Amino acid sequence: MTHAAKETLVVSNLHVSVDGQEILKGVNLEIGRGEIHALMGPNGSGKSTLGYAIMGHPSYEVTSGTIELVDADGTRHDILAMEPDQRARAGVFLAFQRPMSIPGVRLADFLRHAVTNVRNPDRKEGHELMPMRDFRTELKSKMGELSMDTEFARRYVNDGFSGGEMKRAEILQLAMLRPKFAVLDETDSGLDADAVRLASESIARIGGAEMGILIITHHEQLLEHNIPLKTHVMLGGKIVESGGPELAQELHKRGYERIRAAYPEAAAAEKAMEESARAVSV
Amino acid sequence: MSTGFDESSTLAAVHSQLGEINKYDFRTDSPAVFKARRGLDASIVSQISEMKGEPAWMRDFRLKSLEIFESKPMPHWGGHVGIDFQDIFYYLKPAEQQGKTWEEVPDAIKKTFDRLGIPEAERKFLSGVKAQFESEVVYGSLQEDLAKKGVLFTDTDTAVREHPDLLREYFGKIIPPTDNKFAALNSAVWSGGSFIYVPKGVKIEFPLQAYFRINAESMGQFERTLIIVDEGAQVHYVEGCTAPMYSTESLHSAVVEIVVKRGGRCRYTTIQNWANNIYNLVTKRAMAYGDSMMEWIDGNLGSHLTMKYPAVYMMEPGARGEILSIAFASAGQHQDAGAKLVHAAPHTSGRIVSKSISKNGGRASYRGLVRVEPGAKKSKSSVVCDALILDDRSRSDTYPYIEIEEQDVSIGHEASVSKIGEEQLFYLMSRGLSEAEASTMIVGGFIEPLVKELPMEYAVEMNRLIELQMEGSVG
Repeated sequence: MTHAAKETLVVSNLHVSVDGQEILKGVNLEIGRGEIHALMGPNGSGKSTLGYAIMGHPSYEVTSGTIELVDADGTRHDILAMEPDQRARAGVFLAFQRPMSIPGVRLADFLRHAVTNVRNPDRKEGHELMPMRDFRTELKSKMGELSMDTEFARRYVNDGFSGGEMKRAEILQLAMLRPKFAVLDETDSGLDADAVRLASESIARIGGAEMGILIITHHEQLLEHNIPLKTHVMLGGKIVESGGPELAQELHKRGYERIRAAYPEAAAAEKAMEESARAVSV
Repeated sequence: MSTGFDESSTLAAVHSQLGEINKYDFRTDSPAVFKARRGLDASIVSQISEMKGEPAWMRDFRLKSLEIFESKPMPHWGGHVGIDFQDIFYYLKPAEQQGKTWEEVPDAIKKTFDRLGIPEAERKFLSGVKAQFESEVVYGSLQEDLAKKGVLFTDTDTAVREHPDLLREYFGKIIPPTDNKFAALNSAVWSGGSFIYVPKGVKIEFPLQAYFRINAESMGQFERTLIIVDEGAQVHYVEGCTAPMYSTESLHSAVVEIVVKRGGRCRYTTIQNWANNIYNLVTKRAMAYGDSMMEWIDGNLGSHLTMKYPAVYMMEPGARGEILSIAFASAGQHQDAGAKLVHAAPHTSGRIVSKSISKNGGRASYRGLVRVEPGAKKSKSSVVCDALILDDRSRSDTYPYIEIEEQDVSIGHEASVSKIGEEQLFYLMSRGLSEAEASTMIVGGFIEPLVKELPMEYAVEMNRLIELQMEGSVG
């Protein structure tokens, strides 16, 4: 057992099904606070599923395995026993690939609730929110750091946002909530090169020694300012290979052919999943 | 630089008030000065008229209306009106006379309105107030400068005595007793309600408010309101309605008639939160003349059954009518609410926006009519009705009626029904919001386009009422 003297998010032998179909087939992953990990892999390999399972999406059924938060002293907390809001309050965060719009709810109001709850995990509904003045000051400063116009906070959550605006709103939430562990699910998708660079810089600034980050991406550009301690490759619902930052570069340049050839069993699982997905959509 | 939040009109600001008990569900021990016997017949109607010292024309109008009421069948559409009309008290006089100051109002009744926050609201942001307790208006005020400009704001009984000519020109003309069974019932037994006249060109800045409170068991409340907005004048009238919970059913059946003359503007806002055993059967109609604007903003919470379809008849070119309505139906409730727009002249325009929410087995229906009379060319109307259903036990229906007898018009209709999505809930919960908070926030967002039309104080009240309705909605 490795026991570094820092908090870790530990995923062990995780199996996850959606609508009875197994997507994750035994994932193992351990991320310490302050570490950046990259998760790469072809479409449909199960990367987003891992993010949803960590956050507790009700449609993603964990059939076996564990997800735990392990304190520096070794105390273990079972994440799977928690509702999504409890997970958020325990310091877990997911930046959505496609965030939901909530018409009529202003981003600022939503964030004030979120920040209050995450910082006071025992808060019950109706209990006081973070003082408006403090919240505004903090929000203004965070938006400034992200080069966001403060008027943006008046808009309804993700309602009519462009792809880029959605991703920046997710990064703003990350900055305000300062989780212990964050999964960033393709926070670079749909962005142009400049926007990706800005996102990459922002994440680097928000992260640091306090935050463990799992970056799900197809590209290495997001990793430019966020050099991963480890790069993991997912194929057919398993992490088949882990390496350093050079692995991300290799996958970005050469694709997944070498991986598929090296792990025929996972490649076969990938193919089977693709076929059954096609059958469902027909 | 503003970070862009309006603290007082947001859900966030009112969230801290959650957890209090429903402040409307209390009873006052207040002995009546006079109570007519239970039931309805010609002798009761005559007795009400006599108690009020009415002229013969009004007594005859009442008796005639009673006959119409008795001859008309129950409406065969809408909700089931399971009420025994002989089991209701039709008239209860709570005080000897109306107070001009709150000190003149009997203590028990004054305490009721104190608890409802009326005197406080009056001091803060109202131009005038009427408070009706059971059958009679027990308190009335109007700012002095408005009175000097010729604004009339009295209870309707007083208007029968003091302004009979003005009243008779419109009373029962916009909604005649023959209009429907409940309009006939109101015409027979009406008592209280507001009479407002705004003279030419007078614009009243702050709202006039009336508050209707049913306190006694098995009590029927039948207020009758008439608002006359003269040419170029402007008024915003707000009514609030509540009642405590009893084991037996009560009836609230109002008639509201409005005339908006050329270039005038009238906004009528209702925020009602009836107890869950009140039958709320109300007829509301406005006649809008040239280049005038009539707006109904209708917030329907509570009651066992509400049937209410505020109407705007656009009588001359340039008239505009807008109806914004919110209905919230919970367990044991049926909100059959909607709107009516009648284009009776060319170049008239109307808009209906309806938002309904149903939960815990509640049923919310939108029932609306857009009618374009022959010759009403270049008329425009749009109808948008959105329904939000919070669980599988609840129900939402849409009954849009469109009658167009003119070619050259533009009429649009959009309807949507949505359920609170698992994805939306998950998204909010992934940020630390509890399931209940997340649902409340989604519902608050759903009605936000209407709530933002309300003056700040009412927006806060509306949000608070919605939060009360949402309490305990998630297991």
